[in-house]
Amino acid sequence: MPTALWLLVFFVLPLVIVLVVSLMSRGRGGVAQLPLTLQHYERTFGVFSIILWRSLGLAGLTTVICLLVGYPLAFFISTRRRRIVQQVALFLVILPFWTNFLIRTYAWRILLGDEGTINGVLRALSIISEPLQLLNTQFAVLVGLVYGFLPFMVLPIFASVERFNFRYVDAARDLGANETRTFLRVVLPLTMPGVLAGCALVFIPSVGAFVTPDLLGGTKGLMIGNLINNQFGGSGNMPLGSALSIVMMGVVMLSLLVYVFGNRRQTGA
Amino acid sequence: MSAQALVNEGALRRNRRVKRLGGLGLWLNPLVAYFFLWAPILVLVLFSFNQSKSVASFTGFTLQWYSNILNNVVGAESAFSTELMLNAFRNSLFVGTIATAIATVLGAMIALAMARGSFPGKRLLDGLLFLPVVIPEITQAISLAIFFKVAFDWMHLLSGERMFPGFHTIIMAHVTFNISYVAIVVRARLADMDPTLEEAASDLGANPWQTFWRVTFPLILPGVVAGALLAFTLSLDDFVITFFTSGVGTTTLPVFVYGLLKLTVTPEVNAISTIMMLLSTFLVGISLALQGRGASQS
Repeated sequence: MPTALWLLVFFVLPLVIVLVVSLMSRGRGGVAQLPLTLQHYERTFGVFSIILWRSLGLAGLTTVICLLVGYPLAFFISTRRRRIVQQVALFLVILPFWTNFLIRTYAWRILLGDEGTINGVLRALSIISEPLQLLNTQFAVLVGLVYGFLPFMVLPIFASVERFNFRYVDAARDLGANETRTFLRVVLPLTMPGVLAGCALVFIPSVGAFVTPDLLGGTKGLMIGNLINNQFGGSGNMPLGSALSIVMMGVVMLSLLVYVFGNRRQTGA
Repeated sequence: MSAQALVNEGALRRNRRVKRLGGLGLWLNPLVAYFFLWAPILVLVLFSFNQSKSVASFTGFTLQWYSNILNNVVGAESAFSTELMLNAFRNSLFVGTIATAIATVLGAMIALAMARGSFPGKRLLDGLLFLPVVIPEITQAISLAIFFKVAFDWMHLLSGERMFPGFHTIIMAHVTFNISYVAIVVRARLADMDPTLEEAASDLGANPWQTFWRVTFPLILPGVVAGALLAFTLSLDDFVITFFTSGVGTTTLPVFVYGLLKLTVTPEVNAISTIMMLLSTFLVGISLALQGRGASQS
């Protein structure tokens, strides 16, 4: 099996090496050396816990916002009656994402900068006199993450809504359920697989985001991905970077478990 | 009441229900969402034609920044040159082509093995195949960076030969993340395929080799092509993993663009971004058209 061998050498083995390196000491130039130590994990959960929590918080918030925006949007697209309208509506969500992620993120620098478009418009309208600091904040990172990953929420939910039989809504109404009840007891459970998949697809890359906080966050919006990146420069610390990476993998695995478990409960019920 | 009328009535009621279900929010939400998705892109394109260097207000139309790119006169402080950009683009095409070729063969092979074979560790392999798609890019990027460093250090110790990251490391990295995508696309195609066709071929006396090349392969070919196109696109588009596995002189287009974007907001960067957006939209459009044709032919 050449493919399995390839994945073992270039995927599994590197992850094992990262695990080993994360347990070693920092040598000269940031490379790994013996003896074994747990100090990088102590630092990850010690001094760097604020960045860890910030990453989790931003990723969680990104997921919630994407869900709140993406769920109705997926419904809107799915309920267009004319096929061409539906396809255009879907296309308009996907099309921006054919552009390179870097450029899409950079576009927000134009909008959010001190001399950027939003500040320019607000000043022209005399709403503000001093520019608002929008760029290089956690807010900017949040906007960039939502922007970057919204389609990952919309598309799986859209697929779920497409499979949803709207006669169930009629049935629920006929049986006397009000709108809220119909939504919570019928619509939401039946579209849950899409919601779960969307949440996993948004949360996981958000936790590991590197480009978005790098271009939009500055020092205030630093996330764990940037911290890892910083460990690989000249004054870096490869074992620390590895430990941070392992912790991030742990978070990802945990969220995958939640997804798989949640999915099984949904389909089992 | 005819069946058609029933369907129409159902559709009408369905629409009424949905409107009531979501109310006003359902109408406001898409407007805001589409504005949010498109505003940054439109602003970027708009300001690539702005006379003033500022992105705070639009002062007038100019093609100055586009001609600056063509004539190689982009702000003295920046490291831009058209030649460098074209070179990066060539590097991207080179890496993309080779990585796609290898990943397509390996990905299609494993898809076939997963669909037709049964062997120990199949479920484990299934999970392993799924992982590169879901784990954050940065984890894969740094694990490959460390892996190559360790491997090169060992080679240095053993043979005295010093190796450096370059095209070979980028290609190996790209193949690794592309295998999974190719496998997923080809597997979907295999799942749609009627397995009795292969049985019929062997009943008619074809050996496994003939069955594969005369029956299975032509049937999964559209899937293989779609997988290859996806791999090529991902390869051309990848920044994070390339950034961590590239060496000196092997800058790909995204890595080059990242260098530009990190500098500052200049009108030329807006113009380059606009060109790249047009280019990638064009490329994806072509690949979709090809896939559409492939699907309708089969």
